[in-house]
Amino acid sequence: MPEPRLETITLTVNGDVVRVAVAPERTLVEVLRYDLGLTGTKQGCDEGDCGACSVLLDGRQVLSCITLAVEADGCRVDTVEGLAQGPNLHPLQEAFVRHGAAQCGFCTPGMLVSARALLERDPAPTRDAIKHALSGNLCRCTGYTKIIDAVEDAARVARERAGAR
Amino acid sequence: MNLIGKRLPRSDSAERVTGRTRYTDDLSFPGMLHAKIVRSPHPHARILQIDPTRALAVPGVRAVVTGKDMPTRYGILPWTHDEYPLAVDRALYVGDAVAAVAAIDEATATRAAELVDIQWEVLPFVLDPAEALAEGAPKVNDTAREGNVTKHVELAFGDLDAAMGRAHVFVEGDYSFHGSTHAAIEPHCAIGIWEPAGVLTVYSATQVPHYLHRELAHVLGLGADRIRVVQPPVGGAFGGKSEPFDLEFCVAKLAMITGRPVKILYTREEVFYAHRGRHPMRMHMRVGATRDGKLTACDARTLIDGGAYASFGLVTTYYSGQLLAAPLALDAYRFRSTRVYTNKPACGPKRGHGSVQPRFAFEVTIDKLAEALALDPIELRRRNLLAPGSRTVNELAIRSNGFEECLRRVEMASGWKDKFGKLPRGRGVGVAGSFYISGTNYPIYPNEMPQSAVQLKVDRSGRVTVFAGTSEIGQGADAMLALIVCEELGVEPESVRVVTGDTDLAPVDLGAYSSRITMMAGNACLRGARSLADRVRAAVAKRWECSPKQVALAAGRAMLREDTAKQVPIAEAFTWAETDEGTLGAVGWYQSPKDVHGTYRGGTIGASPAYSFTAHVAQVSVDVETGEVHVERIWIAHDCGRALNPVIVEGQMEGSAYMGFAEAIFEEHEFRASGLHRGPSLLDYRIPTTLDTPELESLIVESIDPEGPYGAKEAGEGPLHPSIPAIANAIHDAVGIRLDALPFTPPRVLRALQEKTRC
Repeated sequence: MPEPRLETITLTVNGDVVRVAVAPERTLVEVLRYDLGLTGTKQGCDEGDCGACSVLLDGRQVLSCITLAVEADGCRVDTVEGLAQGPNLHPLQEAFVRHGAAQCGFCTPGMLVSARALLERDPAPTRDAIKHALSGNLCRCTGYTKIIDAVEDAARVARERAGAR
Repeated sequence: MNLIGKRLPRSDSAERVTGRTRYTDDLSFPGMLHAKIVRSPHPHARILQIDPTRALAVPGVRAVVTGKDMPTRYGILPWTHDEYPLAVDRALYVGDAVAAVAAIDEATATRAAELVDIQWEVLPFVLDPAEALAEGAPKVNDTAREGNVTKHVELAFGDLDAAMGRAHVFVEGDYSFHGSTHAAIEPHCAIGIWEPAGVLTVYSATQVPHYLHRELAHVLGLGADRIRVVQPPVGGAFGGKSEPFDLEFCVAKLAMITGRPVKILYTREEVFYAHRGRHPMRMHMRVGATRDGKLTACDARTLIDGGAYASFGLVTTYYSGQLLAAPLALDAYRFRSTRVYTNKPACGPKRGHGSVQPRFAFEVTIDKLAEALALDPIELRRRNLLAPGSRTVNELAIRSNGFEECLRRVEMASGWKDKFGKLPRGRGVGVAGSFYISGTNYPIYPNEMPQSAVQLKVDRSGRVTVFAGTSEIGQGADAMLALIVCEELGVEPESVRVVTGDTDLAPVDLGAYSSRITMMAGNACLRGARSLADRVRAAVAKRWECSPKQVALAAGRAMLREDTAKQVPIAEAFTWAETDEGTLGAVGWYQSPKDVHGTYRGGTIGASPAYSFTAHVAQVSVDVETGEVHVERIWIAHDCGRALNPVIVEGQMEGSAYMGFAEAIFEEHEFRASGLHRGPSLLDYRIPTTLDTPELESLIVESIDPEGPYGAKEAGEGPLHPSIPAIANAIHDAVGIRLDALPFTPPRVLRALQEKTRC
């Protein structure tokens, strides 16, 4: 089998500009986890079913296990590692801690990424809107109750903080 | 108590929400190879020849192993060593492991695995457990002593004929529980590392590092002292990682052969075939009651579909009967359970091991009895409560028992009296109850050593480190240990380090199964921490010239109880104790009480230091046009003894109720006639999303158990049991149909509705 030609792509990952040489079939999750060492993004099924690999591509939520790395060339990629501002947790992360919304924590990075995309487009989501936004992220531990509570609470806290500024 | 019972964040949650938790697949080591397992495409076939030549010729391939490299049988239970890491002469199900290929990367290993040439002799196979019992059925597992029977258990308690004779009403029926699987979001993963000094390290996403340690030593012929098992935080398990799997032996052997670290990560499809999930059961049950609603006797017969290997099946067979004897009292009880080998992936323990299935049959039977007696089903249950401090008919000692309170709480919270039998057609409510073990009373290999132990290290900085062999699988075991240390030694949460899941660093704990960790490791930690606290208080009392009893350790300080203004930082108190006593450390361990069960053969199985109790009310709506069941809400009352951290307890209750609901409505681990799984993906095997899951309302009941740490019992498995029968009973309340076979899919509901119209 001939060696596939590598292509060099440029990504802005959590604010850092990185250049990576990738084979054409390499997926974005593989680049993040294995080339860049950003193991926060998880691989639960590798076929686009579980949502654990969710990241934001130019602000839009995508499943990085079924996104080719070359498709992300020139894009901004935001992962769970980019959620906190330095040592300060994002309101979503604080709420997940407070509500016990992470048990095993394996779905948590993807859940947080989806919730972040939701709050960026709808700062005051209803419970139903939260359920819809997270419906592509499977969790096997929590029964979702505490995750939905946490997102609701985080939205409230974020609004209060924005109001205070 | 200062911290016990408070709604506190878990000690490990900040790392969870920042993506810093390192699960097994997040680890990599210099020079690491990746391996792929070659699996049988046949449900039953003899291996005539394996030729790895073409695979080994692929550039980048470093080694191939087959069954001949590890021809030693193992099994999680010492009585049923009935599987090989890689099949030696026969593959027993589609997906059975046959060979493993290690290469420089995963893609190369995957490509080369397809080039391992295997000559098969395809053999007759059997998938149905009843057919497997028939004469002339193909022999599935040749370790079975009799036909395809893994285990047959027949036990009777009380005078069955007399008790049945006292009954005025009987309900008798057949029930079927389908298979379901754990589907943890983290796939199984393992890494083997062989050190030149002759030490093997295996990292694995396992719930049972100690048992894995033993089986690695057994299969590889290495001294256990030369093996280290490390269990990083596990991304969900639910029983699906509670025994050794092919990949752990393969990474070990391949690492020993190549001298390089070797990783195997299952694909999602492999996770489905690895399985060890809920056993399908066919149950026949007859229960009698007097006309005033007193249960007299239960007679049960159960056929258990085990798949190709025994797994925990011996225990499953006992549990299928032993765990029906509470929370309702019976005068007499008999069960006959048979587990059968079939050519399918092996079943094993899934959350609520062995007892979720018969619980479904029993609680639906109770609902039918209530209907026959024209009694409210909650009232019928109230008339049959076990007396406080009593033993069940099969001699399990029940101490704390909050079942009555559980019934009261769900009755109140759900508005039961205004709803049962009163909602408009198409909507209904149903109730069910259950109990479960807080740890199995005995280890799976007979021994009288501690079942759980901790070591505690205190240093001059004020920091306490707890070393425990427990496994953090998402349930909060690490947080529980940290909480107990904080409570007893008065240190702040930031000053506690928890080191778990490493057989080199921590004393033995048997594992995260049978809901045992809070009871056993919690008690071990409590004992160790108290012995340390006594020494610290003595050192403080000596300097303050008071009694040690007057010294409190709390909030990062040692203080005088009567005058808390008199205080020192806890670090200073530790230095005083170290000055007086030398280096500070302690061990604590736990062994279960031995007087809690009967002396008959099998009496120890189902025995536990304490039992949790649960009641659920489910509210459903049923679309009579489509047959779709919508579960609107489940009220979950659970007696966990004492909620050490209510947030974590609620999380377990909600997760359990969700998982039961999922088995009732959505999930089915099904096989085609060819032995292929019907849909080994998270798309086809439908686990519920946020949109599918009902509102879940947790109601914690605290009965304060005399044996549990601070009175605590389990919360991780018990609260799953009543979901399924409560939903079945609610469907009956809604549309008048009885669904005795799971899952409650639209076709099944529609069929039952049509049959009802015809009648």
